[in-house]
Amino acid sequence: MAIYGTALLACCLLCGLTAGKLIGSWVGIDADVGGVGIAMLLLIVISGRLQSKGWMRPPTQSGVLFWSSIYIPIVVAMAASQNVRTAVSGGPMAIVAGTMAVVASFALVPVISRIGGGSQDSDSVIKEGETQ
Amino acid sequence: MTGLWHLLKSVLEANALVTALAVIGCVVWVSYQLSARMTRGRVHGSAIAILAGLLLAYLGGITTGGKKGIADIPCLAGIGMMGGAMLRDLAIVATAFGVRLDEFLKTGLSGIVSLLTGVLVSFAVGALVAYSFGYRDAISLTTIGAGAATYIVGPVTGTALKAVPEVIALSIAAGLVKSILVMTLTPFVARWIGLNNPRSALIFGGLMGTTSGVAGGLAATDERLVPYGAMTATFYTGLGCLLGPSVIYFFIRLLVE
Repeated sequence: MAIYGTALLACCLLCGLTAGKLIGSWVGIDADVGGVGIAMLLLIVISGRLQSKGWMRPPTQSGVLFWSSIYIPIVVAMAASQNVRTAVSGGPMAIVAGTMAVVASFALVPVISRIGGGSQDSDSVIKEGETQ
Repeated sequence: MTGLWHLLKSVLEANALVTALAVIGCVVWVSYQLSARMTRGRVHGSAIAILAGLLLAYLGGITTGGKKGIADIPCLAGIGMMGGAMLRDLAIVATAFGVRLDEFLKTGLSGIVSLLTGVLVSFAVGALVAYSFGYRDAISLTTIGAGAATYIVGPVTGTALKAVPEVIALSIAAGLVKSILVMTLTPFVARWIGLNNPRSALIFGGLMGTTSGVAGGLAATDERLVPYGAMTATFYTGLGCLLGPSVIYFFIRLLVE
């Protein structure tokens, strides 16, 4: 049943957020430290285990997949309920920050491509890609 | 006629979340149509939809003078619920479903290096820009840095650290600028940065991180590269949400305070 998948997802989020709050209180700040990230790791590990045991039937999976497919609309709703009017005054900063991040990341692609990958290695991956 | 409007309004207000689902569905549909017809899919529908969302929030802010964007209009209050932290976090975690840790580990050192570098560099650049624009507190610097990572890592980090709403909105805007730029510029810079094989696509995904930007940009470059880039990009949001409100925040706090 779909609710099993949704319940698993909900439990992962609750555990992650609790863990995040706990870590926050340990380090002395009243904030959630990495809760969503922990929840994602939990879901990856637990659902992976369940799938390899054959316990994630398609209806159960659909209970998770629905929420993942409604992610963009929820982000749109999130964007629509932000305090944009006030943020517009800081607009140039948002544009500069976004642009600089892209420029820096583009520049790093060839740099990191050189790490750990001999020409043989990349050749083999290309072949793998072409057969797809 | 006004009687009918009042009746409709009472239905819309009493079923706020349902109204939100209907309205956001229409916004998304129009945006994807615009993407396909006006930009021939070059700018991904999701980016146009988020931009439309921010525009609606601006219009809502002007007409009501409130702080919650379009959700300040009573019959659209459900949009605030739909886009609130609770459902947002649930949907974000759900996107990790189907990601296989072992497949990522197979990409080896370069995948991991690209992810860590991508997250850290974006945070650093975003925080530096925020600093140069006059922000001095660790929470705002981290949140804007998180926005320079992606428009998801921004608000998740900002909410976790209890940043002020304006800073969270700015972080979304920064992430959106990044996403749109990656989508539109990738085909043009692909040759310069050697983006023509799966390995560099994996690294590209890990460095950029914005899943919609990476998927859109790679699709416009060479469709066969999309799954490679998208795979590492899905880890980016998780890593950003994990490191942002923790290690990176502590480091930035150490630097400025």
